[in-house]
Amino acid sequence: MKESRLSSATEEIVQKHENELGGVIAMLEEIQLQHSYLPESALKTVASETGRSLVEIYGVATFYKYFSLKPRGEHLVSVCLGTACHVRQGALIAKEFEDQLGIRAGETTPDKKFSLETVNCLGACARGPIVLVDGHYFSNVKKTQVSQILKKAREGLDAIDVTTDQRVFPVKLRCPHCNHSLLDPNYLIDNHPAVRLTISFASKHGWLRLSSLYGSNNIKSEYEIPMNTIADFFCPHCHAELVGSSACPVCNAPMVPMTIYGGGLIQICSRRGCKSHTMDLVNSICINCDNRHTCKLMKPEGGVWFCEEYI
Amino acid sequence: MITLKINGLETNVEKGTTLLEAARFLGFPVPTLCHMDGLHPFGACRLCLVEIGEGPRIKLVSSCTYPAEEGLHVRTASRRVMRARKMIIELLLASSPQSKTIQDLASAFDVKQQRFRQEFEDCILCGRCVHMCEEQMMAKAIGFRGRGENRSIGTPFDVQSEECRLCGGCMYVCPVCMLRCTYTEPEKAICGGCANLSVPCIEKEQFDDVMCYMEPCVACEITKD
Repeated sequence: MKESRLSSATEEIVQKHENELGGVIAMLEEIQLQHSYLPESALKTVASETGRSLVEIYGVATFYKYFSLKPRGEHLVSVCLGTACHVRQGALIAKEFEDQLGIRAGETTPDKKFSLETVNCLGACARGPIVLVDGHYFSNVKKTQVSQILKKAREGLDAIDVTTDQRVFPVKLRCPHCNHSLLDPNYLIDNHPAVRLTISFASKHGWLRLSSLYGSNNIKSEYEIPMNTIADFFCPHCHAELVGSSACPVCNAPMVPMTIYGGGLIQICSRRGCKSHTMDLVNSICINCDNRHTCKLMKPEGGVWFCEEYI
Repeated sequence: MITLKINGLETNVEKGTTLLEAARFLGFPVPTLCHMDGLHPFGACRLCLVEIGEGPRIKLVSSCTYPAEEGLHVRTASRRVMRARKMIIELLLASSPQSKTIQDLASAFDVKQQRFRQEFEDCILCGRCVHMCEEQMMAKAIGFRGRGENRSIGTPFDVQSEECRLCGGCMYVCPVCMLRCTYTEPEKAICGGCANLSVPCIEKEQFDDVMCYMEPCVACEITKD
């Protein structure tokens, strides 16, 4: 089962890049993003789907240091040992990471949490020594900061602190069909009423609650949704299917539209794990306000505006 | 037809002829390792380099990949060419000293010392076997893997390839790896021993299975015990 799912996902990736120049590298990149490494079976699928020989694909995969044929840990730590970082004791930093993680460069910790590798340049030589963790750069790294960096990585570098981050704000959402509010005041996620939807996938049918904070990816659901599943979304009030005309710009799955109080449309990707979302403010959010002619607190750009708090 | 001068001798060649073919046609000896008639030129070993151009635009190019140009002046044995060639042979000698082919080359070009760290590789990464497999055998079972000092030739994942038909073509064209059939200790190796490859193993049943690139030669395996 797992094997067949893997190969069908790989086939999808291959078809996407088949006609591109240098498509093989793009395919391998995407496969690596999905699995964190390049499984042997995926390389064989790429070879047979593109009509190239396995040795050609294998040659590309082993030529570029970016590709890994061994499973990697959850977090990838790359320590720069380029010339500029080297003269600023990059090697000491690498040694410190090795000691703290208890592994050598190029290895993965037994609990599959961290992979450590050394690279030859990360393109930020003036700010060396550079350490790259899960796509986040750390500059001027000192030996004493190593444990802190690892701690941050464990907590998740992509996590947004919803209480303090300026980019996060609550949105009030409605069903585009029946106009009922989708907010559930009895169920809080991130200390705000959650957005309640009904979803169905693989003959399962249940509720899904999303954080109503724009920018937060926290969800709760009745059933565990496997990664990469594309679910169908329904309004819990009118039971109409929420399906938009557009497809996800990242993964091509259908987008789920919901309207914002005051005008505007938020679309989220229906694929589990894909964090893609868009917000179109058809008109500015103040367009429906009765006080708009006299208001001094007009907010013509995006977002949700609780002007009553300022009056 | 293209007119060019090789070592001062004017000659006419067809369009698309390489400098190596033109020089050999005129009888000038140009040593090669990776070049082989019937395979695409690859320019990997650099032994065939020649000097082209005049005045400040003199440069060294690999003659096996360089197409003949109108009015080109080619020197196949100038002082600079010989010096570069000797250096290449010295480097090859450092990596694969046990190869009879390379020993002969060193002797022919009067290379008497080898100043680099001695290695005992059995491959100079010339790519002849890769091209043989791809172009003549239509198999694409072996290829280059890795990069830089980790570059090697072999099958994906180091397991016997499904494409491989055990034709043995890769071993047949290899200019260096003859040693594999003789000894496991490179220091004691005397080259040319592979000439007896077929004698001990031809009667063995497993002969069909072992004429494959990745396996160690069965001839030595059998003579050992």
